[in-house]
Amino acid sequence: MYSRWIELLVGIFMLAGVGALLVLALQVSGLTLAKGGDSYTIYAQFDDLGGLSVRGKVAMAGVTIGKVSAIELDKKTFSAKVSLTIDSDVDFLSIDSTAAINTAGLLGEKYVSISMGADEQSLKPGDVIYDTQSALNIEKLIGNFATGK
Amino acid sequence: MLDQVRSLGRNGLQTLQTLGRSGVFLFFVIFTSQSIRISFPLLVRQLYSVGVLSLVIIIVSGLFIGMVLGLQGYNILVDYGSEQAIGQMVALTLVRELGPVVTALLFAGRAGSALTAEIGLMKATEQLSSMEMMGVDPITRVISPRFWAGFISMPILAMIFSVVGIWGGMMVGVDWLGVYEGSFWANMQASVDFQDDVMNGVIKSIVFGAVCSWIAVFQGYDLVPTSEGISIATTKTVVYSSLAVLGLDFVLTAVMFGGV
Repeated sequence: MYSRWIELLVGIFMLAGVGALLVLALQVSGLTLAKGGDSYTIYAQFDDLGGLSVRGKVAMAGVTIGKVSAIELDKKTFSAKVSLTIDSDVDFLSIDSTAAINTAGLLGEKYVSISMGADEQSLKPGDVIYDTQSALNIEKLIGNFATGK
Repeated sequence: MLDQVRSLGRNGLQTLQTLGRSGVFLFFVIFTSQSIRISFPLLVRQLYSVGVLSLVIIIVSGLFIGMVLGLQGYNILVDYGSEQAIGQMVALTLVRELGPVVTALLFAGRAGSALTAEIGLMKATEQLSSMEMMGVDPITRVISPRFWAGFISMPILAMIFSVVGIWGGMMVGVDWLGVYEGSFWANMQASVDFQDDVMNGVIKSIVFGAVCSWIAVFQGYDLVPTSEGISIATTKTVVYSSLAVLGLDFVLTAVMFGGV
């Protein structure tokens, strides 16, 4: 009888461990189970990233539709080439969409915000968004203001 | 003068010998478990005394550490108007660092010292040698289940610690200090990554579990079989485990997060 209690408690202990891992995965790190594979990659050229980093989110109208998967320097244009991994159910981005780097709140993280264009054709995997707006650089703004430009 | 140099050499050699003995001992503990079917009930018994009985101290300290983190974080962050980031701060601190480390320190004090004292008393009362006389391998019968129980319990305890701590932080931040619950969780989920943060924390606690249980069972098995020897070995278990955990934590953090 005593040993059955112990076995039961050890079983509950193990289950609590699995439960804790699940809470950490789903609730704390926001991992979603049914995701992976079904996405496509487009690129965007920016003059200044201003602190955008890999794993930053890509949003349209504030709704997350993908993430920043890679950042590299384009050696021809000397601008930043950002790979955006977009969920495949968002397949209606028109080819004249614009991308901008925004900040979530005053001190929040940087994210890429995509605004819809008017063209009928939509972006295919591998296409590049050229019409972009770089991160707001406060030092530059103040500098421009001070020199009266 | 010569005597002092000699004693230095003797101490060095003894330390090396002990290290070597503990390595061989660990090898035997891991690779000589003959039959899973015999040792499984022993393992369950040890999981109970090492893991389940440590739950209370782990849960209580996790709760209070989470609450303190929430309170301190709120007081600092509210000056910058970004008290929503409290969820992110509490979760990252707990999952990456405090969960594995504090659990390991508590584990060394609560379970490690008990393991050492238990095995040491078995040795002092010659239970281990009588087992050998009866043809029962004391390593398989006594040491191995205790080692594996510690190894398995530690990650579970660390994860429970983190979860309870985050809950405590939420209780203080959201329920008492009025941070909006949605942004509390959203900030946390945006910044905590499952692979980089949660899994690295779990890997840390697995390493700590192996090291703490190894030190505990070895100190018990290797002690001088007197009552003084038991007390010295128990102290050593706690001191060595704590030092090893803190040192290894820096190394692991540097490798995992520091990009060294």
